[in-house]
Amino acid sequence: MNYFPDEVMEHVFDFVTSNLDRNAISLVCKSWYRIERFSRRRVFIGNCYAISPERLIARFPGVKSLTLKGKPHFADFNLVPHDWGGFVYPWIEALARSRVNLEELRLKRMLVTDDGLELISRSFVNFKSLVLVSCEGFTTDGLAAIAANCRFLRELDLQENEVDDHRGQWLNCFPESCTSLVSLNFACLKGDINSAALERLVARSPNLKSLRLSRAVPLDTLQKILVRAPQLVDLGVGSFSHDPDSETYNKLLTTIEKCKSMRSLSGFLEVAAYCLPAIHPICSSLTSLNLSYAPGIPGSELTKLIRRCRKLQRLWILDCIGDKGLGVVASSCRELQELRVFPSDPYGVGNAAVTEEGLVAISRGCPKLNSLLYFCQQMTNAALKIVAQNCPNFIRFRLCTLDPVKPDSSTNQPLDEGFGAIVQSCKGLRRLSLSGLLTDQVFNYIGMFAEQLEMLSIAFAGNSDKGMLYVLNGCKKIRKLEIRDSPFGNIALLRDVGKYETMRSLWMSSCDVTLGGCKTLAKKMPRLNVEIINEIDEMEACNDDGQKVEKMYLYRTLVGPRKDAPNYVWTL
Amino acid sequence: MSPPLLSVGEEECQSNVTLLASPSSLESVCQNAELKERNYMGLRNRPSVNNSVVPAVFDGCKIAFNLKATELRLGLPGSQSPERDADFCALSSAKLDEKPFFPLHPSNDGHYSSQKIVVSGNKRGFADAMSGASEAKFIANPEANIVLSPRPSPNLGLKNGSGLESFGSRPAKVKEIPTAQEAPEKPYCTKETRPNDGSGSNNGSAPAPKAQVVGWPPIRSFRKNSLATTSKNAEEVDGKPGSGALFVKVSMDGAPYLRKVDLKHYSAYQELSSALEKMFSCFTIGALGREMLSESKLKDLLDGAEYVLTYKDKDGDWMLVGDVPWEMFLDTCKRLRIMKSCDAIGLAPRAVEKSKNKN
Repeated sequence: MNYFPDEVMEHVFDFVTSNLDRNAISLVCKSWYRIERFSRRRVFIGNCYAISPERLIARFPGVKSLTLKGKPHFADFNLVPHDWGGFVYPWIEALARSRVNLEELRLKRMLVTDDGLELISRSFVNFKSLVLVSCEGFTTDGLAAIAANCRFLRELDLQENEVDDHRGQWLNCFPESCTSLVSLNFACLKGDINSAALERLVARSPNLKSLRLSRAVPLDTLQKILVRAPQLVDLGVGSFSHDPDSETYNKLLTTIEKCKSMRSLSGFLEVAAYCLPAIHPICSSLTSLNLSYAPGIPGSELTKLIRRCRKLQRLWILDCIGDKGLGVVASSCRELQELRVFPSDPYGVGNAAVTEEGLVAISRGCPKLNSLLYFCQQMTNAALKIVAQNCPNFIRFRLCTLDPVKPDSSTNQPLDEGFGAIVQSCKGLRRLSLSGLLTDQVFNYIGMFAEQLEMLSIAFAGNSDKGMLYVLNGCKKIRKLEIRDSPFGNIALLRDVGKYETMRSLWMSSCDVTLGGCKTLAKKMPRLNVEIINEIDEMEACNDDGQKVEKMYLYRTLVGPRKDAPNYVWTL
Repeated sequence: MSPPLLSVGEEECQSNVTLLASPSSLESVCQNAELKERNYMGLRNRPSVNNSVVPAVFDGCKIAFNLKATELRLGLPGSQSPERDADFCALSSAKLDEKPFFPLHPSNDGHYSSQKIVVSGNKRGFADAMSGASEAKFIANPEANIVLSPRPSPNLGLKNGSGLESFGSRPAKVKEIPTAQEAPEKPYCTKETRPNDGSGSNNGSAPAPKAQVVGWPPIRSFRKNSLATTSKNAEEVDGKPGSGALFVKVSMDGAPYLRKVDLKHYSAYQELSSALEKMFSCFTIGALGREMLSESKLKDLLDGAEYVLTYKDKDGDWMLVGDVPWEMFLDTCKRLRIMKSCDAIGLAPRAVEKSKNKN
């Protein structure tokens, strides 16, 4: 029953951008389903194996922007073998074959090849944006293809990828006619860069707003680039080390003062602390600062810098800032929303870098804090309770004690009560990562209070199956659950098998689930792929159902077991 | 004779492998108090008897007692074990029900646990004395890249803090204990801290080498790798790996040998200069013969006419010390040379000019 012609409905739907809302629209009636699917432009696929490219194209032939995620999150920490999967080539091939007018491709933890990149560059005439996060498998040759063939390229954003650097000068491959660049990020590349080519590219890109350089770009090139592009909003500095008495440095000082639009600063992949004063003039307008890749800046220099950044909303930093430094952050950056403190010395010999004191100071000074990633030497329940009280707006709370089972450092108790306070106070919490000494009790709290929780990461925690059951029963909105080295077994796994179809995925490694348990689960739930990763004893262990499974990854899917799994991955 | 107690030991627990490693030394001790030693082995059936039980058995045996006293000194340099003395005293009162040293979750310290502590503790104590050499070697490697199973046994009778530095690296070895023994304990194990980390009450002495757990702390490999690269680059200067020290060679023309100084120790050129003066005073005196020189004369020697302080930078050029900011100097200096002024004419022209300008 249509009161309006299709075009009108489509126009109305255009205003609905959230995919969740569009999913709801498509359930209203058949005609709305039909209209909506032809007008959907952005598709997000959180697990590339949950659906096939053919079905995607069949339902959304007009898709222009595709986001795909491949490997499970724990692949970031070397828990998943490199060739486990997440190959993007079949997707590109299918989209190319069906002549989809793809303009944007965003990939995370996927295996990308040069062939794939080349296929993109030749198949999609209007291709505008390529964003690769934590991917691998390609080289600068693939980038050269993108540069050379994508005539309207606006965005090339490479974040933390493992890229093989070949000698080819990929930056030179941008044709002289390419003037459309808005965002260019190649900070993760390790090889040499042709500075002249880079300068020319920047010179002919008047719309360039975001530029992140690799370590190979020296300070004098940076200065020349900034002269050409004072309109930059986001800058990633490569190398920032120079004789402060030199002419180049002085030129840089004047150039930076002209960058009035600069809001975000990152990089400093190589930096001499005595050069940092050069950026003081722009500090007062910065909203985002990432110094987490800048080695060896003493805490005192960091605080001198941060003191001036009164509008900061996002800060990523190394723990050498220390608790005192975090105190300075707390008193200077009242608008802070996101804080990440990374360890500068992950296996270090206990240089107490940051502790619970720093976090408490932050919570006192920054009430708008909603996203936290904090690597610390120690933590206490009392501190977590104070933080919970001061910052009830947490959406993401990730705490990592460098010793994974460290108890409360002042009482030697587990950290159950502290995390319990966090989930109770932060009603909007969507993502939580736990660490420290933890018993089943913390999961009881999580199940009771964390109603909006979507992603939970557990390591070395809990005493028994009860812990996992609390979570599965209590967290109605949980989508991703990842567990390692915790004593959860078949009882917890099999209690409510239907739950897993409401979730994107479950990862369990070094837990107590056995092969038999996994087989039972796979049998009961045909629409789940239950994958066992068993790198040792590939053939033998298959027969012993009582044997504990080293790594299990299960996810809901509409397309059955995948065909590209390596031979040490079994889908039950 | 083949020591019977060894075979007794063999039945227990595979940590006795270390015992067997040096049978000869074991024998010498055995000769003295053979029967008593067997008793010691048999003591495993007594609950809650900790390491300190050993001296009680060896009362009359001074050698063994000394062994006991020396046992833990095989740890890292600087590691003291004050608690040990307390143990010796406590021993006499024969406190049988001593709590395990890591009372993290009192409710879970079952008898089973404490009994286990005894077994391993005793065995290890003895083993430590016997296999001192291998122990020290093990500890000396701070980069021990041991991948611990995630459920370290709490039953190692370890104290937190410095006392057991030598035991700090032990857990990995003891890991070889058949896991069957530990399997039922797993639910407890996950709660205990790893033995080589102190809880909050750590005395802050030289910490034991941290064993690495795969994938912990959870940082992206990309980030971990770039941290590793940058710290390697920072070590390009002839310095000690790790934070804190930057040692460079200092040579002086005419001196028979070179010295090394830690540049990080000084915060300004003046300090460095006076330290070098002191260091090389013996050579200047020698060079000038046996005249008695006052401090001021020495200063003249180094500051003024006779000698010039130069350094070799990253590019391999010899530069005059003092031109660049101190921090920049730290970054670029690879070695120092105290040059005779007459040789200093060939210095980089810019440096020479600058020094002329300064004068």
